[in-house]
Parts: sequence; C-alpha cells; structure tokens
Amino acid sequence: MKVTRGRAPATPGRAATEVVVEPPSTDGTTASSRPSSGRGGGPTRKTARRVPWKSALRRDWPLYAMALGPVLFLLLFRYGPMLGNVIAFRRFRPGGSMFGDQWVGLRYIELFINDPTFWHVFTNTLVLGGLTLIFCFPLPIVLALMLNEVRKRAFKRTIQSISYVPHFLSVVIVVGMTMQILSVQGTANQIITALGGDAIPFLQRAEWFRAVYVGTEVWQTVGWGTILYLAALTTVDPSLYEAARIDGANRWQQTWHVTLPGIRPTMITLLILNIGSFLNVGFEKVLLLYNPLTYETGDVISTYLYRVGLVSNNFSYATAIGLFQAIIGLVMILSANFISRRVVGVSLW
Amino acid sequence: MVIQSALTTPTASVNGGKPVGVRDSRGYRWFTWISGTLLVLFCALMLYPFITVLAQSFSAAGAIKAGLVNLWPVDFNLDTYRAVAQNDIFWRNYRNTVVYTVVGTTIAMVLTTVFAFVLSKKHLRGRTLLIGIAVFTMFFNGGMIPNYVLISTLGMKNTMWALVLPGAISVFNLLVMKSFFENLPVELEEAAQIDGLGWFGIFGRIVLPLSKAVIATMVLFYSVAIWNDWFPAFLYLDKQELFPVTLFLRNLVAGASSSASEGAAATGSTTAAISANIQAVTMILTIIPILCVYPFVQRYFVSGVMLGSVKG
Repeated sequence: MKVTRGRAPATPGRAATEVVVEPPSTDGTTASSRPSSGRGGGPTRKTARRVPWKSALRRDWPLYAMALGPVLFLLLFRYGPMLGNVIAFRRFRPGGSMFGDQWVGLRYIELFINDPTFWHVFTNTLVLGGLTLIFCFPLPIVLALMLNEVRKRAFKRTIQSISYVPHFLSVVIVVGMTMQILSVQGTANQIITALGGDAIPFLQRAEWFRAVYVGTEVWQTVGWGTILYLAALTTVDPSLYEAARIDGANRWQQTWHVTLPGIRPTMITLLILNIGSFLNVGFEKVLLLYNPLTYETGDVISTYLYRVGLVSNNFSYATAIGLFQAIIGLVMILSANFISRRVVGVSLW
Repeated sequence: MVIQSALTTPTASVNGGKPVGVRDSRGYRWFTWISGTLLVLFCALMLYPFITVLAQSFSAAGAIKAGLVNLWPVDFNLDTYRAVAQNDIFWRNYRNTVVYTVVGTTIAMVLTTVFAFVLSKKHLRGRTLLIGIAVFTMFFNGGMIPNYVLISTLGMKNTMWALVLPGAISVFNLLVMKSFFENLPVELEEAAQIDGLGWFGIFGRIVLPLSKAVIATMVLFYSVAIWNDWFPAFLYLDKQELFPVTLFLRNLVAGASSSASEGAAATGSTTAAISANIQAVTMILTIIPILCVYPFVQRYFVSGVMLGSVKG
C-alpha cells in the first residue's frame, strides 16, 4: 500500500506528458533551434511563436512547399469524401455529380431509423464490438505481464517474434486458414469427434459466428498488442520494485501495486482508442467470413451498408447510414477521452 | 527485464537475472513453470494454422478431404505447386501485387516522410493547423460510399491508382515519423544552417541519412498493408488481369465456401476439396515474401513502434 500511495500523486502528471499525442505548445527550445528567429525581446512563448505570416513565408517557404503535396492529398482523398457525405441529404444519380442533384432533407435518415434491419445490424455491431473489446483489450496485457516475468532472453524473444507474425497477414489469408481449420473435416471437428461429439459446421451456424470472429481477432492481434505494453513496462522505475520488496511485497503484490499502475497510462490510451473504433468492427473480415446463413448474428452496420449501397446501388441511403456510424464513432472517442481526462487525468490530446 | 534491472548485480545476466543469494519462493517457481508452459502452448496455437496450411499444400486432395492432414503432409507431392505455377492468371496477379506494392509504398513514403519532416519543425507558423488537418482524419472518415463515388468521379476505377493512392498517408505512421524527427539533435540542423544548407538540403542530407531505422519500419508497414489489401481491388477493379493476388485468393476462398454451403452432394464436393489444395498453395506463396522480409526488419519495427508510442 505504501508503494501505491507514494506513487499515486506522480502518476497523473507523468501520464499527461507521456501520452499527449500533440503537445499543445512549444517552449524555449523553439527559439534556440532557430537563432535567426529571435526578435530581441524576452523569449516568452507568444513572441517566439507569433512570427508574422509574411516573414514566416519568406523564411520557411521550402517547408510550406514540402507540405503542399501532402495537404492537397489529404484534402482530396480524406476531406473530399467527408464533403461527399452530403449525398446523405441529396438525391444521387450514378454518373451524376459527386455531391448529388437535389436536396431531399432528412428522407434517408428517416428511412434507416424506420428500418428494422438497420436496428438489427446495429445491435449485432454493438455485441460484436463489445465482445472484441472484452477479449482483445485485456489479453495483450496478460501476455505482456507474463513475458515480462520470463528471464530467459532467447525464450522471450522467440515468443515475441512468433506472436507478431499473424499481425502481418492479410485478412483473406486469416479467413482462409480459419475456414480450413473449422471446416467439417478440419482440425477442430476432428478433436470434437475424437472426444465423442458430433461435427459442427461452425461457419454455417449463426450461433457460432461471434465466437469464430472474436477468436480469429484475438489470434491476429494479441501478440502485436503486447509491444506497447512491453515498452511501457521498461519505463517503470526500478527503485519502486526495490521499495516494494523492502516493504515485504511478494511478486503478486509487486505486479498489482507497481507494475500495473506503471502501465496505466498506456492501458487507458489504448482503451480510448479501442472505444473509438468500437463500431468499425473488422468490416473486411466479416464480409469474408459471413454468409446468408450467419447474417442473423454476423451482419454488421458496415456490411449492411455495403450491400445496400454497392450491391443494390442505393448510394444515398448507404451514405446516411455510414455518416451516422462515423458520427457515433467520433462522439464515442471524444467522450471516452473526456471522461478519462476528468477521472484519471490521461487524455489523447 | 525490469525486475532484473531492479535487482541488478554484476552477475545478474550470467545466471539469468536471478539476484545472487536470493532464492525464489516456492510459489514463484511454480508460477514460472506454469507461465512458461502456457507461453509454449500459446506459441503452438499461433503457429498451428501455418503448419497445417503448409502440410496441406504438399498433400493430396483426397487426403485433405478425408481430414487426414493436420501437422504433416499425407501422400506428399508437389502437384499442386506445379498446377498453380502453370496458372497464368495467378502469376499475372502476383506480378500485379508486386507492382502495386512498390508503386504504392514509394508514393506513401514520399508523402509521409516529407510531411512528417515539416510537422516536426516546432517553430513553423501554422504547424498546429497542419497537424490538426492530419489528426482529424484519424477520428472521422468519409465512409465507404463517398470514397467509392470519389474514385469513380476521378475516373480511377479499373486502374492501379485506385489501389495505391487513397491509402498514401497513414496518420499513425505520420505521427511516429514526426516524433522520430523531433528527437533528432537540433544542433546538427543548426550547424547545417550555419554552413548555408537550406531546408531541402537539411532534409535530404542530414535528416534522411539519420532516419534509416524509422524509414525501414515505415516501408515495412506500408508495403505489408498494400501487399495484403484486397477490398479496394474488389471494389474498384472488374478486370481479372488487374487483380492483386489477394483478390485471386479471395475468389478461391469464396468459391470454396459457397460450394461447400450450397451442398456438397452434387459436384461441389470435389471442387471444394481440390481448391482446399490450391488455396493452401496460394496462401503459402502469398505469405512467403512477408515471412522472408520479416526477420530482417523486426528489430527496426519494434523500436519504431515503441518510439511512436512512448513519446507520443
């Protein structure tokens, strides 16, 4: 207990500096890195930063020129489609203008709010996203803690190397492997029949879809997920362990009171990010893995809007659904970030 | 690692990190054994799918269908490899994947590196805005349909550009590179400036040569992402001669699963079994390039990812 109490006040401050994606402002180093930019007066933050646009352009035009390509790219390929979302409120004719022909108001929004299939896939998405979060978030932490206790360097390295490999595989390959192993004559069913059970056609059964999906997700992400935690573990102050040992803490207590609080900022950051991508359940994997027999549990928002939009050519309706999903995602990540900043003092920005 | 260094003695590394004169408690020894066993099991689980697919690729179709192939090939033969090797469409698609990966990675690396360099200059007026433009796209994206409409409007359907351009800047990679550049010693740049080097010169002659590790990591990330991509191709390409190999594989997998679910009673049973064979070979041939590069870049990407995450 002493250990945690001693540590507690230090955590939020350190956490905030460590996890912030973008430091809000720069300080003295700026001025010193550009001797020519010093404007004589006291180097307070404001004066060092606020160079008039004209002289900033004259001095740094090569930098702005370099940024031009990437910015144009982002405007065209990222912000262009964002604006393209107006077709959720306009009638769209394939081959016509990218931004639609005429305003139709909230017609498409009303359409999906009154669409029972939409609410069905919405529930499916929440369940699938929730299960993924429950399994894919904590397992890397457990694995990282176990790896952290391994003393044989070579053993640890080998496990790490092996566990990262699935991350680099294409979804198509993961699904292909899954189908082979779970097929009626595959390994999983061989084990079941050897134990006296009946073979289960996993991929044709709606009640198995979620388990299959989450299982493959864990297989592919658990190893890669440990990297950040292992990095965070090396930053835990060694003297804290010594102090804990002197206070008589055993290994479990050391893990509970020193290690876990030490990696808390990383845990929270990743949790926020996971919550933000909650609704974007692996669309491509679901699309490859599901079939009409498993729509009941497998169909999610993105696969539904894919079928509505690109298979049935109902572009505006599908865009309305996609926009709804994107806005919910944005709201979720903002609120997760807000709550975490209020409650534990860790935030993404 | 941490505990080792916490109890550091000069001999720590010699006896596996155990502090001299301190015996582990009995419970901890048990824990070590159990945890070690679990980790070995975990590795077996990670590797099993690879092994079984490898075994299937060397096996006869009938043996796979009978469910005999798990860890070891049954009726070892190279016929399937020969059959796939003689398939012109497969090789054409494989070549496409190589071309798309090289072109796409090049474009992505140029844009990302240059932008990250600009964003790493803390004195730059408007830097916060530029970062905001990039970071916002991480949390809000246009969505599938508007993207599709954009690509169609630009006339990029059925061209390579639909696959290599839209993914060119990954904001995560951008932020990792940015923080790497920020950590380079400023003194070097100052010295270069005094010697009369402009920003282009600093970028090309000072920063890039110092950034080999992060560049290697990013090349790996981008190229693996493009190599593995199948959905944009599925969406934007109609002509089979333009497909990447992942889409070739996807069509095999989808064909096999639909014939299996539509009832193996009729002709489906044999085609499904044959393609299990061919699928395995195609998967192996698609994975091999990644596995070949992997050991060489592994040390880079671990340090690259850590850098991006810990420093933020």
